[in-house]
Amino acid sequence: MYIKHSRIDRLFITVNTILLTLAVLIVVVPLVYVVIASFMDPTVLLSKGISFHVSDWSMEGYNLILSNPAMVRGFANAVFYSVSFALITSAVSIFAGYALSVSDLVGRNAFMTLFVITMFFSGGLIPTYMLVKNLGMLDTVWAIIIPGVVNVWNIILARTFFKGIPNELKEAANVDGASELLIFFKIVLPLSKPIVFVIALYAFVGQWNSYFDAMIYLDNAKLHPLQLVLRSILIQNQAPPGMISDQLAMNELKRLSEMIKYSSIVISSLPLIVMYPFFQKYFEKGVMVGSLK
Amino acid sequence: MRKNYFLYLLLAPALILTLVFKYIPMYGAIIAFKDFNPIQGIWGSDWVGFKYFTKFLTSPNFGDIFLNTLKISFYGLILGFPVPIILAVMLNQIRKAGIKKNVQLALYAPNFISVVVVVGMIFIFMSPTGPINQMISSMTGKPLMFMSDPAYFRSIYILSGIWQAAGWSSIIYVAALANVDPELHNAASLDGANILQRIRHIDLPTIRPIMAIVFILAAGGIMSVGFEKAYLMQTSMNLPASEIIPTYVYKVGLQSGDYAYSAAVGLFNSVINVILMISVNFVVKKLNEGEGLY
Repeated sequence: MYIKHSRIDRLFITVNTILLTLAVLIVVVPLVYVVIASFMDPTVLLSKGISFHVSDWSMEGYNLILSNPAMVRGFANAVFYSVSFALITSAVSIFAGYALSVSDLVGRNAFMTLFVITMFFSGGLIPTYMLVKNLGMLDTVWAIIIPGVVNVWNIILARTFFKGIPNELKEAANVDGASELLIFFKIVLPLSKPIVFVIALYAFVGQWNSYFDAMIYLDNAKLHPLQLVLRSILIQNQAPPGMISDQLAMNELKRLSEMIKYSSIVISSLPLIVMYPFFQKYFEKGVMVGSLK
Repeated sequence: MRKNYFLYLLLAPALILTLVFKYIPMYGAIIAFKDFNPIQGIWGSDWVGFKYFTKFLTSPNFGDIFLNTLKISFYGLILGFPVPIILAVMLNQIRKAGIKKNVQLALYAPNFISVVVVVGMIFIFMSPTGPINQMISSMTGKPLMFMSDPAYFRSIYILSGIWQAAGWSSIIYVAALANVDPELHNAASLDGANILQRIRHIDLPTIRPIMAIVFILAAGGIMSVGFEKAYLMQTSMNLPASEIIPTYVYKVGLQSGDYAYSAAVGLFNSVINVILMISVNFVVKKLNEGEGLY
């Protein structure tokens, strides 16, 4: 059964298509511009702008970035922080989420309240900083990985997921004499791959993109993650150390700094850009489960 | 009961980390009422009551910083709140599933870019020699000083925020709309309702409860504007418009070491946040037939 569209409907569909196309262009054009610009010959880019002649292309920006120790170290640090943070966060959230999903856990609601309160109230920047300092975590990797591990949203996500696992499954095991420990490791955990994946993915992206904790907690440049290195290049306009020697002329400096900016943006976003289309449905799933609790 | 020991064990890491990293700082917030002395520690330092709150409220900066914070988030909320809803309603009208998926893929992408990169792109695009100014100067002859003129700060901050987040924020509405029974639309069409009428009488009522919750949460966060982005976008020239309470807390506290004063300013900010959320929840509940967040 197909209903013939009225004139208003056809007009609406046309306007809708135009507006959505516009929205997509607004979002995509700046991103594509950066990617193309990163492959341009810097001199051509400064004088003519973007060009599609093969002779105007160059890998100079990438050569500079990939041979820069600060950038490479930042990348390695970011991988380390993001992976370990994702692992710890998903483990802690899954454990807590499962415990809170078992309905005969005494004090379940009190614990839940305790967690939820922290979504609305916080001690604030200064008291948190003082705590981290007093714990002796300043200038250590722990300051980056540990304080943010508990994200109540993740715990709610996990709890909702486990509540969806049919109780009969656990009861049957219980009748067979399996302990809670056995039930968790043999029955629940194998079923929870999707939720572990969703939480780990979110944690990874969040940590990969963050700069603030590193900025306030880490003095030692050797520990800096990629985003902090990027910040000095993109926003403070500093060439990363060891990149540009002082005998280079001003023009050369300007030429190179533009190149470095574009290619460092692409390099830093590359892991997420590559991951993103494959994992889109998991990201969406995370939003859904979290919001429709 | 015995078997629950294991469950408490599972709960322990999250519980301990929460007590340490969330509740100890809440306790630590009393530093705002003390003349903090590092040797005596938080507990041993002398109480000074509301001294630091008064200091902030009477300081010559207060009016500007407070208004900057309010304006950025208020305009951000008013402009940013409807966009994801409109996007979702428009996406819902795409009939071909493949096209819809690709459009969504594109619109969600900026959400995965870091703040540093977004602000970096803003600086590149908005610089006096950047692509946007190349267009402007070819028309008007002179570039606009986007990043150093306070007049532009708010617009750039808010519009780039919408650019980055609107697509992703629309997901939740898109999902709700996907759950609408197609029979409802078919029946309405048979009765002669056009698309606009069906959006108004079927789609919008469906997502109204979600709109209410999203709005309350956003309004509750009105004072906690993205510190990270504002801080990155600040230049010494645009400070009159870009200094907001969170950036001020950071500068006074961590850069100048005035812990107690800075904590007081931060606490003041949180209190306003909570008050805002409670009042918005109250109003929305009245307007929304008793449906609020709590």
